[in-house]
Amino acid sequence: MELNTLTAHELIKLLAKGDISPIDICNNIIEAIEKKDKGLNAIVRFDKKKALQRCRSLKEQDESKALWGIPIFIKDNICVRDEATTCSSRILEGFRPPYNATAVNRLVKEGAVLMGKTNMDEFAFGSSTETSCYGTSRNPWDLDRIPGGSSGGSAVCVAADEAVFALGSDTGGSIRQPASLCGVVGLKPTYGRVSRYGLIAFASSLDQIGPITKDVEDAALLLGVISGHDDMDSTSLDMPVPDYKTVIAQDLKGLKIGIPKEYFIEGIDPEVKKAVLDAIHRIEGMGAICEDVSLPHTEFAVGVYYLLATAEASSNLARFDGIQYGPRSSQAKGVIDTYRKTRKSGFGDEAKRRIILGTFALSSGYYDAYYSMALKVRTLIKKDFEACFRKYDAIITPTSPTPAFRIGERTEDPLTMYLSDIFTISANLAGIPGISVPCGFTKSNLPIGLQILGRPFEEVTILKIAYNYEQDTQWHRKKPDAIS
Amino acid sequence: MRITKDTVKYVADLARIELAEKEIDHFTGQLDRILEYVHKLKKLDTSNLEPTSHVLDMKNVYREDEVKASLPVSDVVKNTASKQDNLFKVKKIIEA
Repeated sequence: MELNTLTAHELIKLLAKGDISPIDICNNIIEAIEKKDKGLNAIVRFDKKKALQRCRSLKEQDESKALWGIPIFIKDNICVRDEATTCSSRILEGFRPPYNATAVNRLVKEGAVLMGKTNMDEFAFGSSTETSCYGTSRNPWDLDRIPGGSSGGSAVCVAADEAVFALGSDTGGSIRQPASLCGVVGLKPTYGRVSRYGLIAFASSLDQIGPITKDVEDAALLLGVISGHDDMDSTSLDMPVPDYKTVIAQDLKGLKIGIPKEYFIEGIDPEVKKAVLDAIHRIEGMGAICEDVSLPHTEFAVGVYYLLATAEASSNLARFDGIQYGPRSSQAKGVIDTYRKTRKSGFGDEAKRRIILGTFALSSGYYDAYYSMALKVRTLIKKDFEACFRKYDAIITPTSPTPAFRIGERTEDPLTMYLSDIFTISANLAGIPGISVPCGFTKSNLPIGLQILGRPFEEVTILKIAYNYEQDTQWHRKKPDAIS
Repeated sequence: MRITKDTVKYVADLARIELAEKEIDHFTGQLDRILEYVHKLKKLDTSNLEPTSHVLDMKNVYREDEVKASLPVSDVVKNTASKQDNLFKVKKIIEA
């Protein structure tokens, strides 16, 4: 049996019956990686001996734990103690964190088996995984196309059955957009739901860790494990964590859903539009009430985001100067020159571009005109959602305006690349949760994703809609055959 | 507001990044286009708006002033390219 093709909740049942062991699952994962990852480049670090060793050291008395024996891959910007964690950047080459991210600790505590790290855009700066210092990952549905980003490696390894599930991080769509483009499920939790401790910061007011999975039930399962207050992150809220898994099957009768007209604009791929509208009809058929709404400041979201996210990034990335970690330039004359030369050779193009844009937006003379103005427009975007959620329980949109684009197609034009995130960015600015679920395929067999957004801390509602829709359609059962 | 090569050089210096001449040319055009796009925000009247730097409705977060375990210093400095006696070692900052 190919256990690597199953979901975590399916494997948990087999493990409980005693039909399989964690080592059986691990062996199937190893086979899949050895067969496929040369072509996909989804995984940047994987040590099969260590993975098997971890399986062997699981204790049988822990069998009742939520994820006992289930292997998981981690995006390379989430710290795992003593394992290289590089954000796919040369500037962190060889960095071995002295501690685990809280999300990782929670996985281990529940018996999950850490397998390795996945590819990403450098410091999560990108929508295609092409800015990684390890080279781009490839979309398993068409190897000439990007998988989306920045959590591209996590989405690819799940879609191609090299993994059961994986963690990603989402600052402007970095979980949802690659999930959409690879035909898997990706969930960005509410800001404050999951501890950011040990997530190497990109934009601290926007970042969240979240699951990338083969189905909605696994997303609910994984969210339940990683959620909750953590003393190490003062922005993680002390709120009860619902048992997501048990409530997602409730029906959708009477649920009110808004369909924002600003998300069905010119420039959206007609096949994407049709698939999403079909999905909305289907969800209406299940008893939900869908109505047109307006989020009037949507068109400003990308502009706000690329000022705020780069400003925060330029500040967060100031710590990478060759002093505490990573390679240090040996040709420098003084300490300032050490910073300048280390950062010159350590950062890739997109990281430099964003640091410069963000530093500009924060610099004396431009702060009010750019950074401060963007913070105020962020208020308008947040208020749009608050007004909408007073009347509606959820909002449905496409996740991405187009299916996966070709490798190299947008690398020379940063602005076009930034516009890839046009439908996902607003959720981060407003701090609300969002999920992407498969909702069909183009004629050329590329996956399309449906995005469902909810009120803060109401992940239950969006999971419920996603689950009911998924069970009704079964798009998630279709597997890529570009690599098999 | 147009981005010039001098702006890019000035900002790169603030950000402590050395750029090659080719990169300066490249970034100048790209950043200029990005800022031109961002200028659409100026259409909005933001005069009476509060800024949102953070979405959560929280102010200061306090905890009891108790001593808690922290990482051993030897672990904290283990990733540096140059150290001495559990300290980060850098080039001389002040000339004698």
